[in-house]
Amino acid sequence: MKNPVSPHLRRLESEAMFIMREMAAEFQRPAMLYSIGKDSSAMLHLAQKAFFPSKPPFPLLHVDTTWKFREMIAFRDQAAKNAGMELLVHINKDGLKRGISPVASGSSLHTRVMKTEGLRQALDLWHFDAAFGGARRDEEKSRAKERIFSHRSAAHAWDPRNQRPELWQLYNTRIKQGESMRVFPLSNWTELDVWDYILAEDIPVVPLYLAKERPVVERDGALIMVDDERLPLRPGEVPRTERIRFRTLGCYPLTGAIRSQAATLPAMIAEMRASRTSEREGRLIDHDESGSMEKKKREGYF
Amino acid sequence: MFDAVQINPHSRLMTQARPTLRLLTCGSVDDGKSTLIGRLLYEQSLILDDQLAALERDSRKHGTDGANIDFALLVDGLEAEREQGITIDVAYRYVSTAKRSFIIADTPGHEQYTRNMATGASGADLAVLLVDARKGLLTQTCRHAAIVSLTGIRQVVLAVNKIDLTGFDEAGFAKIAADFRRFADALDFKTIAPIPISARHGDNISSKSANTPWYRGPALLDYLETIDVVEDGATRPLRFAVQWVNRPHLDFRGFSGTVASGTLRPGDEIAVAGSGRLSRVARIVTKDGDLRGATAGDAVTLTLADELDIARGDILCDPKNRPEVSDQFAAHLIWMSDGKLLPGRSYLMKAGTRTVPVSVTELKYRVDVNTLGELAAKTLSLNEVGFCNLATTTPIAFDPYKENHTTGAFILIDRVTNATAAAGLIAFGLRRATNIHLQGLAVAKQDRARIKHHQPAVLWFTGLSGSGKSTIANLVESGLYAHGVHTIMLDGDNVRHGLNKDLGFSEADRVENIRRIGEVAKLMTQAGLIVLCSFISPFRAERRMVRELLDGHEFIEIFVATPLEDCIARDPKGLYKKAMAGEIKNFTGIDQNYEPPEAPELIVGLDNQTAGQAAAQIVALLATRGLIDHIDDLAADWSI
Repeated sequence: MKNPVSPHLRRLESEAMFIMREMAAEFQRPAMLYSIGKDSSAMLHLAQKAFFPSKPPFPLLHVDTTWKFREMIAFRDQAAKNAGMELLVHINKDGLKRGISPVASGSSLHTRVMKTEGLRQALDLWHFDAAFGGARRDEEKSRAKERIFSHRSAAHAWDPRNQRPELWQLYNTRIKQGESMRVFPLSNWTELDVWDYILAEDIPVVPLYLAKERPVVERDGALIMVDDERLPLRPGEVPRTERIRFRTLGCYPLTGAIRSQAATLPAMIAEMRASRTSEREGRLIDHDESGSMEKKKREGYF
Repeated sequence: MFDAVQINPHSRLMTQARPTLRLLTCGSVDDGKSTLIGRLLYEQSLILDDQLAALERDSRKHGTDGANIDFALLVDGLEAEREQGITIDVAYRYVSTAKRSFIIADTPGHEQYTRNMATGASGADLAVLLVDARKGLLTQTCRHAAIVSLTGIRQVVLAVNKIDLTGFDEAGFAKIAADFRRFADALDFKTIAPIPISARHGDNISSKSANTPWYRGPALLDYLETIDVVEDGATRPLRFAVQWVNRPHLDFRGFSGTVASGTLRPGDEIAVAGSGRLSRVARIVTKDGDLRGATAGDAVTLTLADELDIARGDILCDPKNRPEVSDQFAAHLIWMSDGKLLPGRSYLMKAGTRTVPVSVTELKYRVDVNTLGELAAKTLSLNEVGFCNLATTTPIAFDPYKENHTTGAFILIDRVTNATAAAGLIAFGLRRATNIHLQGLAVAKQDRARIKHHQPAVLWFTGLSGSGKSTIANLVESGLYAHGVHTIMLDGDNVRHGLNKDLGFSEADRVENIRRIGEVAKLMTQAGLIVLCSFISPFRAERRMVRELLDGHEFIEIFVATPLEDCIARDPKGLYKKAMAGEIKNFTGIDQNYEPPEAPELIVGLDNQTAGQAAAQIVALLATRGLIDHIDDLAADWSI
């Protein structure tokens, strides 16, 4: 069942479709970064709308850290199948060989090797000249200044002080050999816009966003789900069952859950409207220091 | 600590009656833009607990407000600008109230970052221009107001900030408002709303302040929530730029794009602006089913009733109200890159979904954005605004920016660095060629002649109809071609079927006919060719005109002097017969005069000379004049 979409969301939807078409028309080998979260779900839906009746003219690319929730992987494969789109999965094998994991290496190193380096490897491997992701400007302060078409050097670096001015909807897509572009069709969406849109358009999302009884341990003030046996329990820790949901989805040992009774999308959105914390609070990688996101982006994190 | 305000976590509603308002905040550095946005976010309870905790931490580290929360830190995102205390790049913020959603572009006040201000202004419906109540209008304020006006924003809020620091002085506020109105007289604003505020303390932000009882207008947020943004896109003529040709299989050919202005329904007649071809909208296709209509802002896919040649970059329009199509136009340029504008240099121009090479043919003047005066200029540097003539390599469809922001705006891209060099706003199209200055050619005529091993020339065959001009010219061309000389033939009948098919045989049309042929012949000599032109060309003045178009000895006039009686006797196309019967008007030699050349380079066709002999005579002349090498065996070949 679809609900009417507000003029505000309709404007955002048209803008995202315009951006995707522009990217498909102006690049040789675009790809859509698919990270399985709600933003990716909304993007996949928008991509199908933008190119209908054609299928979106690019593959889905997932940079797998091997530490995603099992439900996410199942959802990913089903979503690609339903869309009839090619799904490319890349894992940084070198990182695995080095034994990098969120448990052993800590969030910062794990993210750099398995996500940032993994993404660079994937883009180089398949020679993608443009990749679009679901980042939003409201997520984090340095994101607020990111362009919609964001230029990356041949080394995948972002130079925040030398960004191209972006006027009207006239996106400068010119790149040199080896350089690439990151494209963010959801730049002007807020977290709430994404959820309102998912509700209005009845878009499937990973069930982890809705409250359910799940095994968790409480660790350093965060609720960590015990998704498989790879999470070493600390002395005295005993997984207990709690009714929880996730506001963002990352690698499971790095993603804090919240206690919630919201088992439906409308209930969950109502809960979020009343929420007093930002979504990145659940992501342990941003807490290292203020400005940490900007540093990661300069290195090529999405 | 900051003022206590009511926090209402349920202030955002699902649907809002009013459309999203896109606004930008601008003004001189330190006038409090970031603080104002931080205050708006805070008062709309959009600052969440963890963000507030981080803000309090950062305020102690970088803050400029002692122990108080420094709201500017909320929005100054990059480390460099937090340390310097200035905003170095456009930041986008999202505020949502019960009545309306806002997208706020927070733009830098520092002079060197003016290009970012223009960037923020380019998508905005309204501008909030901040002024420090203690300082009044500054150079930066005027510059930003001018750029706001130039980018087509018609509604301005003059937010007179830090009013608390003047003791809430009414007279000071009134003077700033009056000063601004005086300056803005020359600008193109529809509404100017002066509001006294204190971003730091919250006066007249969300609600009216008791400190300014003399101020009768609304609080800032109240004003922004209720103002009507003129969304008149739907009432303007249809413009639809094709973004992507949608071809899932052989039976479907659609054109994906966003309606830039106007509306369309299935059955509506549309024109392709560039080619002028007409068709009708067959379907408006979306994934949610076909639509009965689409309007400005809708991203759709169209199919048409006819198979037309349409590609990305084409503009579909209302046939009764079409955009201009021209390769020359005048525009304002806001220069945005460190490399200066070089008139004559080739840039890429992205206009709509089209990218074409372009050059600035003339920089008319630079705009002094402080006085709005015109300054003489040879170039434009970063942050400078100029008014220029530009020429594209192929015609493009456009509207003046004032009439349509989507089809009237463009960017220039540096072809070497790929940097966005400038933002452009089209003022009007240029139809007269006198408005354009010729492009200097890097490869000269002589250079091309050198690789061809012969000199360019125009062999102009003039004479009566049936005199044998084309026959002789054909023989000359065949012979030259056989010896590797690059030639081209322009023949009267052929040109009239194409280039000059709009012309008749009146005296005026005959003059225009020859003028165009002369221009084409000239271009071909620049390409290094020997051009054979076979035209009756009865008037001396036109033949002279062509001679004068060309360099020194390039024009070789060949009079094919076959007598009129012989021509009438031959009458190969039966034209004399018709003319003498009165069926053809203005026929040379019958009812229109032929003016024989007074000093042609060569006369042929007399004394029963054959076509072959005439051709040999012509080739010999070319060799004598050093235009081609001597060709000894020609005469033998051509003895027909």
